[in-house]
Amino acid sequence: MSGLTLKVNGQSHSLDLDPETPLLYVLGDDLGLRGPKFGCGLGQCGACTVIVKGEAIRSCITPVAAVAGSEITTIEGLGTIEKPHPIQKAFIDEQAMQCGFCINGVIMTAKAFLDRNPKATDAQMRRAMSGVLCRCHAHVRMIRAIKRYAQEVKA
Amino acid sequence: MNPLEVSKELTSDAFGALEKTGMSRRQFIARSGALIVGFSMAGLTTQLMAPGSAAAQRLDGAGSSRLDSWIAIGADGSVTAYTGKCELGQGLYTAQKQLIAEELSVPFDRVKLIQCDTALTPDQGTTSGAQSHPTNFNQKNLALACGTAREALLQKASAQLGVSVDRLAVKDGVIRATTGKSVSYAELVGDRTFGVALNPGAKRRHPSEWVILGKPVPREEIPAIAAGQFEFVHNVRVSGMLHGQVVRPPAVGAKLVSVEDASVLGVPGIVKVVIKNNFVGVIAEKPWQALQAANKLKVAWTPGTGLPRQRDFHEYLRNQKPTRDTFVVNSKDVDEKLARAARVVKATYLYPYQMHGSVGSSCAVADVKDGKATIWSATQAIYPLKDSMAMVLGLTPENVRVIFRMGSGCYGINGADTVSYDAALLSQAVGKPVRAQLTRKDEMAWENYGFAFVIDQRAGLDADGTIITWDHEAWSPTLGGRPGPNNPGNVITGFLAGFQPAAFAARTPAPDPTDFSNGSNAVPSYVTGCVGGRCEGTGAVASQRVLTHNVKSLFWTGPLRSPGRLQNTFAHESFMDEIATLVKADPVDYRLRHLRDPRLTEVVKSAAKAANWETRPSPRPGIRRIGVAAGRGISCVLYEGDNGYCAMVAEVEVNQDTGEITVTRLVIASDCGPISNPDGLRNQLEGGALHGVSRTLLEEVTWDDQKVTSIDWSTYPSLFLSANVPKIETVLINRSDGSTMGAGETATTVAAAAIANAVFDATGARVRQVPITRERVKTALDSRA
Repeated sequence: MSGLTLKVNGQSHSLDLDPETPLLYVLGDDLGLRGPKFGCGLGQCGACTVIVKGEAIRSCITPVAAVAGSEITTIEGLGTIEKPHPIQKAFIDEQAMQCGFCINGVIMTAKAFLDRNPKATDAQMRRAMSGVLCRCHAHVRMIRAIKRYAQEVKA
Repeated sequence: MNPLEVSKELTSDAFGALEKTGMSRRQFIARSGALIVGFSMAGLTTQLMAPGSAAAQRLDGAGSSRLDSWIAIGADGSVTAYTGKCELGQGLYTAQKQLIAEELSVPFDRVKLIQCDTALTPDQGTTSGAQSHPTNFNQKNLALACGTAREALLQKASAQLGVSVDRLAVKDGVIRATTGKSVSYAELVGDRTFGVALNPGAKRRHPSEWVILGKPVPREEIPAIAAGQFEFVHNVRVSGMLHGQVVRPPAVGAKLVSVEDASVLGVPGIVKVVIKNNFVGVIAEKPWQALQAANKLKVAWTPGTGLPRQRDFHEYLRNQKPTRDTFVVNSKDVDEKLARAARVVKATYLYPYQMHGSVGSSCAVADVKDGKATIWSATQAIYPLKDSMAMVLGLTPENVRVIFRMGSGCYGINGADTVSYDAALLSQAVGKPVRAQLTRKDEMAWENYGFAFVIDQRAGLDADGTIITWDHEAWSPTLGGRPGPNNPGNVITGFLAGFQPAAFAARTPAPDPTDFSNGSNAVPSYVTGCVGGRCEGTGAVASQRVLTHNVKSLFWTGPLRSPGRLQNTFAHESFMDEIATLVKADPVDYRLRHLRDPRLTEVVKSAAKAANWETRPSPRPGIRRIGVAAGRGISCVLYEGDNGYCAMVAEVEVNQDTGEITVTRLVIASDCGPISNPDGLRNQLEGGALHGVSRTLLEEVTWDDQKVTSIDWSTYPSLFLSANVPKIETVLINRSDGSTMGAGETATTVAAAAIANAVFDATGARVRQVPITRERVKTALDSRA
């Protein structure tokens, strides 16, 4: 066990835990966040994605010690039910999900990519989503929602 | 507030308190802060307080014929309804609220819907099989309750206002007479019971009058999901909760030899090692600790029972004994017609085991102590799970409560039931709440896979090329399935804990059919389906034989979106195109020539029209045998023989050098009766179609001589978001006078054949095995004449 400080969605948390613990467990279990999800625990599906230093990372395979002190953004840090972030709003407007379990990974991966690459082509955007899995196969609507957000980023 | 959390707020403390103290409903309402617990609650509570009585044994049935079990009107005019059909991501929660608002003429926002909690909602069995709309939107159950409530309210208003019912109109929960006098629902019954039975003849609002139902109302839970605030079962946290991790056997058929408890001594947070027969798990204070302990625990197992070579599996399947044989139809003239046919066509189609592969591995939370159990589960079957859970825990069913919480999309029986047993067994062992979530490997290696199939098709044609007889024979393996109320051994945890799966009931020869039932779509759309003088098929061919053989499976099996129906439809609709090609007929024309059902005919025509179908035989003329070739294919079905019409045109491009298939466009025509929510329906058709594409092109469970080797997303491929997905167009035929049917599985059902037919149209190469991988396409291309 060791003490470390985690900055999540603008709040600092002092925690005492095994530094090897994957970040996802800390977010879900110690901080009670619902957004990042355990899908595979192998970094394959994207459900656990959070943004650190502008980069989408897989929290299920990232030891918490590796991101201590860095600003971590989870999907809860983007917007709220009442006041969603534009990318969340794009998914609501397009009704772009079914069960929604994967949506954290879809939104966080797309946001991190488009914020860094606002002029990305469709092909580049698709490539950026290559490690994100939706088993309800709501792909068509999701891509539409991502493009809607991309338009806003460009504008 | 998260709308799907309502029942938790209503009941987590309050229901227990009610049970213990016999508090009045009004006191309960005051204390819980939840205005409408509903009179059904009061009724149920009374039953619960009479232990030993028949009513205390079960909460189903007794509640379902009483209006108060379904609908309650609050003092504020709100309408609270109770449903046993759950939101699984298919949009059912919102659609049911639309139904209630529509039938009772109240604003959508004034409806509260409590879903799937064995302490609160009527027993509606399992949310599956595209049956939620047929069950709750036709003249029974929830819809009938709404109609009965509306009538009861109108009658009360009539008596109170002294005006006949035909001179009353309802708007926003207020009943107004032509005289100008009015009375609200709240004034009529607010906080009081109806005390009436469901009226089978209750009049319901006609789709032509609908103002809320039939509209594309956005799904209520989506904003919370998009904000990361929604409570999935994975997010359920109970005070004092510990974390469990199971340890599954390393091979199929392996039995537990020994467990070295000492191997996890000193692992941080370890609480207990739990063993029950072959079930092994660990409990720790934190989930990461539980996972580490599970990985460290030294467990010895016997070797597995051994598995046949996958390469030869379909031959193995065909030759398995014993079998359970069933004639679905048998006109008893098939051999004679085949002998006299101008031409006989034959083909064999193969389908693999596939998995549900939920993106989130399954999770449940259980609190088992003092002879009582509460389970938070993403099961599709809360009441059956309550009963089978009681068996697993050695409790009586009335001491088990199952509360539904949405999980990751399931598409049938994923790990939700088995992990509910896991959590409960672990919780029972420590007498504290335990949350259990499977690893990716435990989810994938042991789930109840969708059925593999071998299907032989034969057809006899007359001199004009018309089909005069159809002969279908299929083999498919089965082991376990949904546990239902009394078969916990139908899923892996129940089996490991000492329960056997439902016995395999061998039967040879097959008896003659007594009723027509096409629930697995084993009967092709082109035959009459005549059994015992009644003809309920959709086609014209009178000579028909459909013989199916179930055999014992190597792996657990269970319903996976369109179980059997996708496999059979792949074979039927591919075969139909093969015959059309032989007689040089256009695939659409050839289908229409053999169809009798006007609605199935219409979806075929509608899909073809929307796709600008070019009338000509397949394959496309003038195919160049190198480079990229494009083609189109069609497929259709009346799902389950009576539950949703669908036709699909697929357009594909095939790279003939690599064998790679790109599905470029899907046009889907759907007729499922009156449409509750057109956007929700489109979402289901689109997702279902693409799920079908993924399964057609990529998905296959693999194994070696001991174990399943599809254990993650690198060993079980799926369509990721980067996939070049097709443009999907939907044609919705809204039939306002028909019965409401299901639509969640129809598009999946037709996808495989539409794609296989399009590949053939493009290249002249026929692939008769799913998944239609590059290698299989290459092989078929290389063997072209």
